[in-house]
Amino acid sequence: MTYFAGIDIGSLTTEVVILKGNDRMVSSAIDLTGTDCNEAVEQALGQALSRAGISRSQLSFIVATGYGRITIPFVDKKITEISCHGVGAHHLFPDSGTVIDIGGQDSKVIRIDKQGKVLDFTMNDKCAAGTGRFLEVMAGAFRLSLEDFGALSLKSKREIPISSVCTVFAESEVISLIAQNQAKEDIIRGLHRAVVNRIWSMVQIVGVHGAVTMTGGVAKNLGVVALLEEKLGGKIHIHSEPQIVGALGAALLAKRLFI
Amino acid sequence: MSLAQKARYNFMKDLGAPALLWLQEAQRKKRSRKPNPYLGPPLKCAGRLREIMTRHYYLSRFTKGAKPVAWVTSGAPVELLRVFDFYTIYPENHGALCGAQKKGPEICSEAEKKGYHPDLCSYARIDLGHAFSGKTPAGRLPRPDLLFCANNICQTVLYWYKELSYYWDIPLIIFDTPYNFQDIRKKDIEYMVRQFEEMIPELERISGRKYSHDRFRKIISIARESASTWGRVLATMKHRPAPMSIFDAFVHLAPIVSLRGLPVALDYYRILLDELEERIAKGIGAVTNERKRLMWDNIAVWFNLRDWSSLFAERGFNFVAATYTNAWAETIHYLDERFPFESMARAYSLVILNNNLSNRLKLMEQMIRDYEIDGLVILSLRSCKPYSVGQYDIRRLLGDRLGIRSVVIESDMTDFRTYSEEQTRTRLEAFFEALEV
Repeated sequence: MTYFAGIDIGSLTTEVVILKGNDRMVSSAIDLTGTDCNEAVEQALGQALSRAGISRSQLSFIVATGYGRITIPFVDKKITEISCHGVGAHHLFPDSGTVIDIGGQDSKVIRIDKQGKVLDFTMNDKCAAGTGRFLEVMAGAFRLSLEDFGALSLKSKREIPISSVCTVFAESEVISLIAQNQAKEDIIRGLHRAVVNRIWSMVQIVGVHGAVTMTGGVAKNLGVVALLEEKLGGKIHIHSEPQIVGALGAALLAKRLFI
Repeated sequence: MSLAQKARYNFMKDLGAPALLWLQEAQRKKRSRKPNPYLGPPLKCAGRLREIMTRHYYLSRFTKGAKPVAWVTSGAPVELLRVFDFYTIYPENHGALCGAQKKGPEICSEAEKKGYHPDLCSYARIDLGHAFSGKTPAGRLPRPDLLFCANNICQTVLYWYKELSYYWDIPLIIFDTPYNFQDIRKKDIEYMVRQFEEMIPELERISGRKYSHDRFRKIISIARESASTWGRVLATMKHRPAPMSIFDAFVHLAPIVSLRGLPVALDYYRILLDELEERIAKGIGAVTNERKRLMWDNIAVWFNLRDWSSLFAERGFNFVAATYTNAWAETIHYLDERFPFESMARAYSLVILNNNLSNRLKLMEQMIRDYEIDGLVILSLRSCKPYSVGQYDIRRLLGDRLGIRSVVIESDMTDFRTYSEEQTRTRLEAFFEALEV
């Protein structure tokens, strides 16, 4: 039996997906990237291999993606996360035409064709607005976990608009709103709106084509998803583990490249 | 103009500059780099180009009292200044030089210290930063007797040159080119010609030299020939494999920008053209394995030329066309010694940044066809708003009409504090992956 692995080394987490020759996902693992990419890869890969019950030598082809892809020495091929998210999203939801991937340090909107190949894409510029990092900083200001932070935004009845899109300025705006005793959930809803507005303008550059699929860690944030669906006027496809879509795409590409 | 100063200038021209060049080349030979296997043999002309540009900057130090000095914007009709024998310095070319030597942030921050905003064009910040601190990799630039500025490339130059004029109390001549929303209008040409007529007595007063119409016509003819030859140099890249790349063209652009109207620029492009034709005959390409052909939109990213040329070459991608390098071949050939003023107004008013976006779209469509382009790399440049505005629309329209793939990357041409290496690399690599079927 042949096995393939995809490794996605992001700014916050590292994911590994192991795939069987018949495209069935055998196992996956997620670990924090931390300060040492190689160690994170060893950890996540070791975990995924033991879950699959196979040894490293049984992997026929490995593809690395994500920001850390360049630093991993033993892989067979390095492919950008843009191509990998396209392939992964297409595999999970074949009707996907537009993929929104929001990770820790950047966000991308990708347009794919019916085979999952990238037609066009756009990314945030050198700025954390509209990325997972923005939400992380804001959740930190409220001393909330990211899950609670997203869920709380749904409880708001009176959204407070946040005027600054800059992460640093938005944080000071939030602190002064907290000092004014404004309701937490209303501020949080405003913050989610700011992120979504930023992403929405990127969606408009690429356009909505077919079904929209969301990948990356921020897809777990209920507040962002709800507001994006409101803008879109429809449902967004989200896999139960949206963080592994890039690694899945990498594993699928590993199989294609091997054959 | 003193005799002693003139003698010193001539001495440096005939003996000082050649000695400096000899030393410089000897040092270069010592630290020669390993050849890059993905790139074809370097252009032999590059040595001659270094010599011309080094000599130009070096001699400028000895102009005081020997020649009048003007600082000029890249799109200004410099031909008129040549009649009065002005030694011309191009702050934008100097900015590119600072960028290539990775001095952008350091010199820009000299201007920022004085309160100039980091969003201001980095060429302007480098120039003002240099004016305040004297910092430059070129040794020393001569203080100008005249500032000469045309607003056909942007509006920023007006305020930037006004600042210099104010600080140094130096005369400033502005050439105002009405924007061409549609075709150029007769009354706009008349307005521009009138400005030239008004400039002549001022230029005579500042330079202490008399206007000569015959000399002007000769200069016009040399400038036109240089621009046409530059156009033919660029057109060699229509061949497969292209004998040079746009990364080469970015460097070899210097004479047509800063020495236009002088015989040295024309002679240089003739030699370069011969070399390129020879490379075509021998089948020598700039990239060893040219598989895909790309087009570049916007100014060059000066601090990254070397890294990027190998990043693309490794994959067999070669840039064979750019709207930027094309700008000096696109309209200057309109110059006509029979109607020097009218033709000069037309040539300088119709440059890409002073012309409407439909014109730019048509030009790019034509270039994509002529150069058989597979993909388009669009640089969005915060420094250059007139170049960057409309790029997303142009990109969409070119995609719809020609099915051309493109990618937008963000950087500054010299100030690498605004550049994110990782993000840009990812964008470019994803674009390469999308271009491979």
